[in-house]
Amino acid sequence: MSREGYVNAALVAALIGVPLWAHLAGEPFTITLATRAVIFALAAVGLNLALGLGGMVSFGHAVFFGLGGYAMGILAHHAQNFLPLYDGLFLIEGTKSMPVIWLVAITVSALAALLIGLLSLRTSGVYFIMITLAFGQMFYYFTISWSAYGGEDGLSIWVRNGFPGLNTLDPIQFYALCFTLLCAALWLTHRIARSPFGLMLNATRQVPHRVETVGLDGQRAKLVVFVISGAITGLAGALFADLNRFVSPTMFSWHMSGEIMIFVILGGVARLFGPVAGAVLFVAMEHVLGDLSDYWHIYLGALLLGIVLFARGGVVGLLAGRAKSHD
Amino acid sequence: MTEPVLDISGLTKSFGALVVSDSIDLSLRPGEIHAVIGPNGAGKTTLIAQICGALAPDAGTIRLRGQDVTALPTRARARLGLARTFQISALAMEDTVLQNALLGALGATGNPWRLFRPVLSDRDLRQTAEAALDRVGLLEKAAMRTADLSHGERRQLEVAVALTLRPAAFVMDEPMAGLGAEGGQKMTALLDTLRHEAPILLVEHDMDAVFALADRISVLVYGKIIASGPPDAIRADAAVREAYLGDEG
Repeated sequence: MSREGYVNAALVAALIGVPLWAHLAGEPFTITLATRAVIFALAAVGLNLALGLGGMVSFGHAVFFGLGGYAMGILAHHAQNFLPLYDGLFLIEGTKSMPVIWLVAITVSALAALLIGLLSLRTSGVYFIMITLAFGQMFYYFTISWSAYGGEDGLSIWVRNGFPGLNTLDPIQFYALCFTLLCAALWLTHRIARSPFGLMLNATRQVPHRVETVGLDGQRAKLVVFVISGAITGLAGALFADLNRFVSPTMFSWHMSGEIMIFVILGGVARLFGPVAGAVLFVAMEHVLGDLSDYWHIYLGALLLGIVLFARGGVVGLLAGRAKSHD
Repeated sequence: MTEPVLDISGLTKSFGALVVSDSIDLSLRPGEIHAVIGPNGAGKTTLIAQICGALAPDAGTIRLRGQDVTALPTRARARLGLARTFQISALAMEDTVLQNALLGALGATGNPWRLFRPVLSDRDLRQTAEAALDRVGLLEKAAMRTADLSHGERRQLEVAVALTLRPAAFVMDEPMAGLGAEGGQKMTALLDTLRHEAPILLVEHDMDAVFALADRISVLVYGKIIASGPPDAIRADAAVREAYLGDEG
């Protein structure tokens, strides 16, 4: 096993061991923290596909995170108030079922990513960053003014949604659900990175004109991965809303986009477990340093600066050395 | 006479008042190396850009294997069998040598949309890529990072990627660029064998290589072909000597 393999294994072991210990020791708050970290990691695994593999610096991934959140919020809001979602030619009702909510969250964010990708992938560099940011702000202000769903105050969901066969109100069971989804997303990323599609994408990021001259459509590859990326972050949004039993426009804010990007950069861009390491570190700092000072972001900023200046491979790169080309 | 693989007629392009391609006629026949030479700023790079689809001409047609490709984008021309090498190596530096070759092989299959199966488990792709690397003498370095290759080896890899496409015609933009005497000889020997696979349109500054390899030479000066013919005729041509070769003695 490579050094990066050991780092990844240690992360997985911690993500299994710590919540289990917390469960046995009766520390539900620690499990909630771990759940928060795992959900953030999932959102960042999504972004890492676009950013790390595709080279697209999306400053608008909060759109997908927020869409996932509102997919959960709206469906559950209608279900808990016994209001039909649509009552015209046919009837659509809200739902409290997680699998259905996830499916809706994934579909809606994938469609949004397709639309945003089609428009913004005509540009690159700073313009791409600005356009994705602009989309984020559009959604943010739209939800603020959308009074039917709480406007600025957001939506509260009274009881966590259900999953067949599980008691999702039990912190450890909900955690297990989120952790499983994170593992699935990591597996997907791993497969994509090694596939012919991943090879094409990898080359498109580095030498787009080369990819065209061997007869491949690099732009379309970027669009496809942007859609997959958005869908994964959307799923994370639905889970985040379920964790808090609350959605609000802040899920769409550019701070959120920035935070997702920080997870990726902190942990290591284009490293499989980079987003996981980044999200865990972020949540740990938020908790430990947040207790010491309201201004804990100063320390985060210093750490980020150090990483960007001296350790481009992020925490994973720092521990595992230079990235190995896949073989 | 056999039908040319690549047939360019009346190709014209100008940027404002500057005519960079002035009704250029060029053809590439099976089995030949056709060199295009000319002083800096003669319009060689814009000519290649138009042939390969990176730049649209104002007038004229480009036919590849009898098909009009003038309006087709770069990747469609590649799929029809046009393989380009770049003056400045365009390789994925973070990837391995093998991965760069695999990219070409993948382009040749036209089916890159498999998202789950590892690319290295595809035996056909691997064989194509490894055969091309073997051909240019890079098979032993297949697992190396491309960034760790020497300049000369990167030039060879450029050619290997073009080879994986199993092209109908090569368009090579200064394959000798930056190579020393030894590297230049190796590359010359390699190109000499490639013409049997597919004809080569060779844009090159290295006159030793051009006169050693070319079956025909066209001389481009200020966007115009001022002479075209076998190497001996070009060497003897007074206009060429004045415009170009004379400068170098």
